[in-house]
Amino acid sequence: MARFLIRRLAGLVLVLAGVSVITFALTQVVPIDPALAALGQNAREDQIQAFRHAYGLDRPPVQQYISYIGRLLHGNFGLSIRTRRPVADDLRDYMPATIELSLAAMGVSLLLGISLGIVAAVQHNGWVDGLARIFALVGGSLPIFFLGLLVLALFYTKLRWLPGPGRLDPYLTPPPRVTGMYTIDSLLARNGPTLRSSLLHLVLPALTLGYFSTAVLLRMTRSAMLEVLQQDYVRTARAKGLRGSVVLLRHALKNSMIPVLTTIGVTFGSLLSGAVLTETIFAWPGLGRYATASAVSLDFPAVMGVTLVSAVVYPVVNLLVDIGYHVLDPRIGVG
Amino acid sequence: MAITNTPVALTAADEPAPVVRRRRIGQSFRQPAVVAGIIVLVVFALAALFAPLLSPSDPLVQQVINGLQPPSASHLMGTDKLGRDIFSRMLYGTRISLLVGVGVVAIAAGLGTLLGLVAGYAGGLADELVMRITDIFFAFPALILAMAIAAALGPNLRNALIAIAAVTWPVYARLIRGQVLSLKEREFVLAARSIGVPRWRIILRHLLPNALAPLLVQSTFDLGAAITAVAGLSFIGFGAQPPTPEWGVMISEGRNYLATQWWLATFPALGILLVVAGFNLLGDGLRDALDPRLRK
Repeated sequence: MARFLIRRLAGLVLVLAGVSVITFALTQVVPIDPALAALGQNAREDQIQAFRHAYGLDRPPVQQYISYIGRLLHGNFGLSIRTRRPVADDLRDYMPATIELSLAAMGVSLLLGISLGIVAAVQHNGWVDGLARIFALVGGSLPIFFLGLLVLALFYTKLRWLPGPGRLDPYLTPPPRVTGMYTIDSLLARNGPTLRSSLLHLVLPALTLGYFSTAVLLRMTRSAMLEVLQQDYVRTARAKGLRGSVVLLRHALKNSMIPVLTTIGVTFGSLLSGAVLTETIFAWPGLGRYATASAVSLDFPAVMGVTLVSAVVYPVVNLLVDIGYHVLDPRIGVG
Repeated sequence: MAITNTPVALTAADEPAPVVRRRRIGQSFRQPAVVAGIIVLVVFALAALFAPLLSPSDPLVQQVINGLQPPSASHLMGTDKLGRDIFSRMLYGTRISLLVGVGVVAIAAGLGTLLGLVAGYAGGLADELVMRITDIFFAFPALILAMAIAAALGPNLRNALIAIAAVTWPVYARLIRGQVLSLKEREFVLAARSIGVPRWRIILRHLLPNALAPLLVQSTFDLGAAITAVAGLSFIGFGAQPPTPEWGVMISEGRNYLATQWWLATFPALGILLVVAGFNLLGDGLRDALDPRLRK
């Protein structure tokens, strides 16, 4: 296990080095001068030179990259051109909102996707199965940004059942920061009104962001369960008189979870992409919105910070998935 | 976001004989869901092809006095706030979306296939290098990288297309490499090598044609994914720019009117939904036909 972890972590370092090279290369092909983009067209020459010097833009690209990596090793992502703050501070401020939203979306997907997938498999070719298949097809085809606009127009503007954009009602003060996730921090502070408001504000963005992965998980659970339910050991379990629910949950479900686990790993990566669009629609102050605003202003230190941080997520989730295989089926070795 | 970095599961070793494959394709293409997908795609392809003939008006011409009219006999899908006919914009939007989808897949599949062939056939350092580069691309959240590329190159439709292709090619490289690895040890390739057939000819005449089935399935799914991804980039301002009648731009223009003037954003969204569903259904049909292990 230790060797497996060391090998995977070494792989992660290589991937991050590659990611940093690609994002840095992008900063070099920008056709617009970031100094002009930040200072405006009317900036004086000495102001432009001072800006370029302050951000190290007047040095050769290789030198810029080496000093960037040197700073990164000390946890310094550089200064944001747009917010004029250290990128590391910005990431620390914006990341918890994205983690909270992604976890809520993943929770929705796991709950809905797996349970609907099981029901669809058990009632194979019945009306629930038909509905589940339509749901999966629409989920895989409907653009997430329209779904966000639709639920916002319906449940916020028309019906007024749920709150609109943002993380908290405007008259409430955010809870004292511990994790940065409002729901957890409200719980820790035992603050009922902010907990209620932050949970209600999470519903629509989490449903929107989780819809695509729900559809994928539903499809995968359904087909994995259908395959497992046809196997001899399930027939034997039924033949010896076990209750249907016991056969389903104790015998069939665990063995159908391997492909589902793979899907969870893959869809978690896509949640971050979805977060860009979802956060834009719901004015959710997370990494996705920060990345969009930074890219618009050609604030590449910030864009590089976001890409580096998000590039850690996919390999780490896949590492957890590999360990999950071993937990579900001990015959599958790690590494 | 529909872009996923998951190659379809299909290996060359399971390739059925051509006659069997043709029969399976025939059976798959008679399934109601696949037929529905094909019909939808044909309708949209015809709409794209004959857009100039079918459009009642110029998609860019503004008649502010006729702004925000609901669907009626004179404007089948209503008008936007500048009085532009949405039906006409939808027709031209279909043209843009289908071309963008094909463009993304052509670039991604072309580049990925080339690198996958080299990695799989040459092995060793070349294989290691290509695979590690794909690892790096898989680690990026696709839309964030695409956004960074589009921002760096300048926000327009062509650069959005390049950006999405740049995050899609690694799937093809992995897919083709896997195919080549299993094909290159097969008897017909060993036979060709033993009689001295040049390497490039083995790759182009023997390996590539036999590796095309999964490429076709993956491309079908990616056509839909690319359309959604480019529309997503346009929606947040990194793709096509107004007044281009692109579906993502149209949804963005109608975003503040959804509760009152629903037709502005709903019709382009339905366009994306139907075309992407069409490609997904067709992809399902092709996969069922070409991969016996995944048949229902």
